[in-house]
Amino acid sequence: MTLLEFKDLRVTYRGSRGRLPAVRGVDLAVDAGETLGIAGESGCGKSTLAMAVLRLLPKSAEVSGQILLDGEDLLAMGWGRLRAVRWTGASIVFQGAMHSLNAVQRIGRQIAEPILVHEPKTTPAQAAKRAEALLERVGLPPSRARSFPHELSGGQRQRVMIAMALACDPDLLIADEATTALDVMVQAQVLRLISDLVRERGVGLVMISHDLSVLSAVCDRAAVMYAGRIVEQGPAHEVFAQARHPYSAALGAAFPVIGDPAARMHPGGLAGDPPDPLRLPEGCSFRPRCAVAVERCGAESPELLEVGAARVSACFVAQEGMPVVG
Amino acid sequence: MTDPLPPADGASTEAPSAGRAARAVERRSSTGFGRYLLKHVSGAAVSLLLVLFSSFFIFRLIAGDPIDQLTKERPVSPEQRAAMRAELGLDRPLWQQFWDYITGTLTMDLGESFQYRRPIFDLIVERLPATLLLSGTGMVLAVLLGFWIGTRSGWKQGSRFDKGQVATGLVLYSAPTFWLGMIVILVFARYLGLFPVNGMRSPSTPPDFWSQAVDIGHHLVLPVLTYTAVVYAGYLMIMRSSILDEIGSDYLTTARAKGLRDDEVRQKHAVPNALLPTVTLVFLALGSVVNGSIVTETVFSWPGLGTLFVNAIFYPDRPVLQALFVLFSSSTIVAVLCAEILYWFIDPRIRRS
Repeated sequence: MTLLEFKDLRVTYRGSRGRLPAVRGVDLAVDAGETLGIAGESGCGKSTLAMAVLRLLPKSAEVSGQILLDGEDLLAMGWGRLRAVRWTGASIVFQGAMHSLNAVQRIGRQIAEPILVHEPKTTPAQAAKRAEALLERVGLPPSRARSFPHELSGGQRQRVMIAMALACDPDLLIADEATTALDVMVQAQVLRLISDLVRERGVGLVMISHDLSVLSAVCDRAAVMYAGRIVEQGPAHEVFAQARHPYSAALGAAFPVIGDPAARMHPGGLAGDPPDPLRLPEGCSFRPRCAVAVERCGAESPELLEVGAARVSACFVAQEGMPVVG
Repeated sequence: MTDPLPPADGASTEAPSAGRAARAVERRSSTGFGRYLLKHVSGAAVSLLLVLFSSFFIFRLIAGDPIDQLTKERPVSPEQRAAMRAELGLDRPLWQQFWDYITGTLTMDLGESFQYRRPIFDLIVERLPATLLLSGTGMVLAVLLGFWIGTRSGWKQGSRFDKGQVATGLVLYSAPTFWLGMIVILVFARYLGLFPVNGMRSPSTPPDFWSQAVDIGHHLVLPVLTYTAVVYAGYLMIMRSSILDEIGSDYLTTARAKGLRDDEVRQKHAVPNALLPTVTLVFLALGSVVNGSIVTETVFSWPGLGTLFVNAIFYPDRPVLQALFVLFSSSTIVAVLCAEILYWFIDPRIRRS
């Protein structure tokens, strides 16, 4: 059953330099209990996509299309209904670096807050109990409820963010760069915690990261975004092991293989910068950085088409069954 | 102080070490507070001493020979002058006068006024309640009004409400107090006849408590109105910019995502954070309650310390100026010290460093 579905989602920011398209027509679906990873470099629109789900984008953003959560269009909701859906239908694990938590409130109170907002019959004492239980579930001692955010380490704060996101038993969890600021060991622990919780509670997960190893560790399916569009989608390990889009291939190659001297001497990666969203190139927006581009790429913009079992790619080369690595 | 065993972050090792870490934090904070307190109290003590010293010398430098001023335009013989000098204790060496002044001030013996020939301590005690009533009421109103409008102004930056409030506030803020006071007197006392023009009570009021209280309240309205109107915009602008600093913070997005209403996000999350940097300001305001209404008191002939100060300048009554200078400065210093101590309790981040 489809839990979350984007239908031709477009987000445009009105800025001083003009209208800036951040998301340019995304169609994507997540089933209940499924885990989807969204990868891409900074500025590709993946965080805009995440924030659009709960309509947390700034006022300067114009959103069109549909975002269906359990069949209900979030973009057409009234404010009252939207507030009720926030955190109960879907919640977000923000990047837990200092600023996502209120620095002057004890974390127990911050975890209990959404419970009190959405379940008015709960007493503060019951909510506090539940907050402690949540802390325990994410591997922190319940006594931590009395701590302030600055008294915790980065990893502990991220655990608090996860506990907070689970407070109202949402059907969908959105993790936006949730482990980005953590060191590798802590990152692995937090990732394991997220996968365990997702499996245990059967919630859907949308995980957003620029780090492919993070996504392939947690997600069933992966989508790669470039310049506001999905360029490739498929089972996570396949997308990263055998990319069917030159951009996914470059993203995968950007992470060196530890212990491989060849990777050390010739770090992979991608020349050039992400395109200026105000002046996107004609045809395929990846063409200027692409090693395998053909003549057609400059004239037409490729659609997402099937390129194998459960795999789609927006690349003319891949669609013709040719290798995408030059 | 560093913790020799920083808590490990792993799920497996966390539980036992976190308890230890928590105890370490407690131990650290109790000694930390002592050190923090000592640092700020000693700083305040140094400032107080400097005020005490400079007050003695400043008024001797700028006021000239008091005997000339006390006897001006009257024929006085040198013998009379010498007698006067002896009576006021001005014939003794400077260091001795200084020593008397220091020990006197520290023991609340502030000397005698030239003008009233009475102990200054008694003069201050008599007039302090009137000043505290006027500027205390005005200050509380100004802070509450300024913060209330400032919060709403900043939250809806650029709205018609914001623009209107900022413009009104700044016009009043830049208006000279004596001018505004006169306008207020003209409109509310003279033309409308709603309030008395000056003083703190009418001689005809019955002496019982309630009649007196109502009468004083009646006299209080116009001075407080003037005082509040002039100063509230300062608090408005500070609170507004403090709110603007918080707008766009990630924790507000978190609060919104949790499903809180816009006004809950503002009141429960933005305001407590925005208030932190304004605490010093509020305490500075409390400190200046003692000296904050000199012009207002003069315009409305309010029998407080401000009027005493202005009269002392015109006389000139050096011991009174000296004592009031010390009083005004030290009340500000003590208020700032209180703000710093309070920070320890309200801003958990201070305890970390």
